[in-house]
Amino acid sequence: MKEAPLLKVVNISKAFGGVQAVLNVSLTLEKGDILGIIGPNGSGKTTLANLITGFVRPNRGTVLFKGHNITRTPPHKIANLGLTRTFQVMRPYNSLSAYKNLIVPLKSPRVRQTRGGKLGDTDAVALDILEEIGFERDARVPYKIAGSLPLGYLKRLELGRCFALDPEVIICDEIFSGLSMSEITSMIPLMERLQIEGVTLIMIEHRLRELFRLANRVIVMNFGQKIAEGIAQEVMEDPKVKKAYLGRERS
Amino acid sequence: MVDETRRKKRLDRSIKVRTEGLYAISSGAEMFYLILPRAALIVGLLALPLFLDMYWQKVLCAAGVYALLSLGFDFLAEYVGLVCLGGAFFIGTGGYISGLLNSYFGWSGLLCIPIATLGGAIFSTLVFIPALRLRGIYFAIISFMFPIFARDIITTLNIFGGTEGISALGTLPNVWTEIYLILLAVIIALFAIRRLVNEDIGLILRGIKDNDQAVKASGISITSYKIKAMFIASLLGSFGGAYLSHKYGWVGISLFAMDFSILPIAASVMGGMGSLAGPVLGAFALTPLSEALRGFGQLRVVIYCFILIGFIVYKPEGLLIYFQRKYHQFELWEKV
Repeated sequence: MKEAPLLKVVNISKAFGGVQAVLNVSLTLEKGDILGIIGPNGSGKTTLANLITGFVRPNRGTVLFKGHNITRTPPHKIANLGLTRTFQVMRPYNSLSAYKNLIVPLKSPRVRQTRGGKLGDTDAVALDILEEIGFERDARVPYKIAGSLPLGYLKRLELGRCFALDPEVIICDEIFSGLSMSEITSMIPLMERLQIEGVTLIMIEHRLRELFRLANRVIVMNFGQKIAEGIAQEVMEDPKVKKAYLGRERS
Repeated sequence: MVDETRRKKRLDRSIKVRTEGLYAISSGAEMFYLILPRAALIVGLLALPLFLDMYWQKVLCAAGVYALLSLGFDFLAEYVGLVCLGGAFFIGTGGYISGLLNSYFGWSGLLCIPIATLGGAIFSTLVFIPALRLRGIYFAIISFMFPIFARDIITTLNIFGGTEGISALGTLPNVWTEIYLILLAVIIALFAIRRLVNEDIGLILRGIKDNDQAVKASGISITSYKIKAMFIASLLGSFGGAYLSHKYGWVGISLFAMDFSILPIAASVMGGMGSLAGPVLGAFALTPLSEALRGFGQLRVVIYCFILIGFIVYKPEGLLIYFQRKYHQFELWEKV
């Protein structure tokens, strides 16, 4: 018998007042996948991420993670189960230094459980994670106040916060947006290594070329609905997708 | 007139730099430099009552209660992001619990105060829990309502002595216990909270202030940490209330007075928001000032406002941070 998928979303819907942000979206995620979610602005990608991680409660539908129904579970409990996310608008703790930003997730119940209480020196663990996400190039950066760091570092810090939780699934909400080409190229190996380590990724992206290098499956959304799903190149040939991106059908 | 040919330059004193890190214990001078401001505060506070007459000693006791409230206010506002205008609620619950225990069971003040401190803090925290999901101005408004509700419930239902209050409570043994009980409480609370905000729990609380969504995404329940912070702040307020009820030998609805909610804000602004010791200093400066201005009657509030506006405009950093800068840095004028 086939094992239950890691994450299963069934017919999830959410309306904000009269705006149907997400309508009847279903998806499944197997361990080790990198699933891309693309779509024009306002198509409900971030709301979908919010629904899965519990930040927004759905009107209808269910979310199953490792067989548990997490539809109405509060976000911090979902994070403790190993399903974590980055934010599109970065949310660092502006008044704390970069490495102190990572101490906060290291104090979560999940870390206490997975690392068996023998965490040792949390400062050292935090500095290890910073090295992993590429903060080691400038020795002073970890001690700078997060509010003063440039965009590229903040994006990495968002990832670092997820790493600290030792997660099974990371939902990356536009982690490449606003970064320069060289910053993106330096981040792609990080993503690839995550996949090798067995972390499953959902990537919400506008940078299609970079996404297609990573993702083995893509979902296209438009006006809150899933309009296509499949392998990247095939999906882009779909006439509905072309219409959503280009506005009209080409003959 | 602004002189544009020169500007002020601030540099850290060399001893300040030397006292950072392990070098702090390298010699007596460095250790003295570090200990001096802390010792000055402790010794100053403890020695102060010896030089005051009875009237000003009483003022000092009241100032101590306001100092505890200001400390709690500053802690919640600057380290948790909860602007709590419900200080009077803490005072009131602490005071009434202590007063009721004393009048019904006849327990002595020194037994009632710890029980009321803990009981008042638990009760206040439970009452505040529904409001904790709010942030910023919304939390401030709701917290401001709680003391008013409590006062109206007591007067309309005519419970706990109604508008008359409960009088003839046991007082504290003597005037020196009165004074040193509150001064020691202030000093212990100040150093305890300073320690707390640098521990892990303080780090998480500051995280909540900066960004509660990210704390949620880190797998930490923000509500449970806000409850803990609320408990700590209401512990300080409830102690103040219980202490006041035994100092006056009376509890009444004036324990829910707006002063207890408002003065901590003024004291924090004056002393320096977020510095913890600053609001304590501010409370010890403002309370005597308001006593000295008693002759002006209602005009006092106007003078208060002028002082506040003056601080906001000319010294927005507050007294403590100003002194700190003078202590740690020297200034020199350099040509532009």
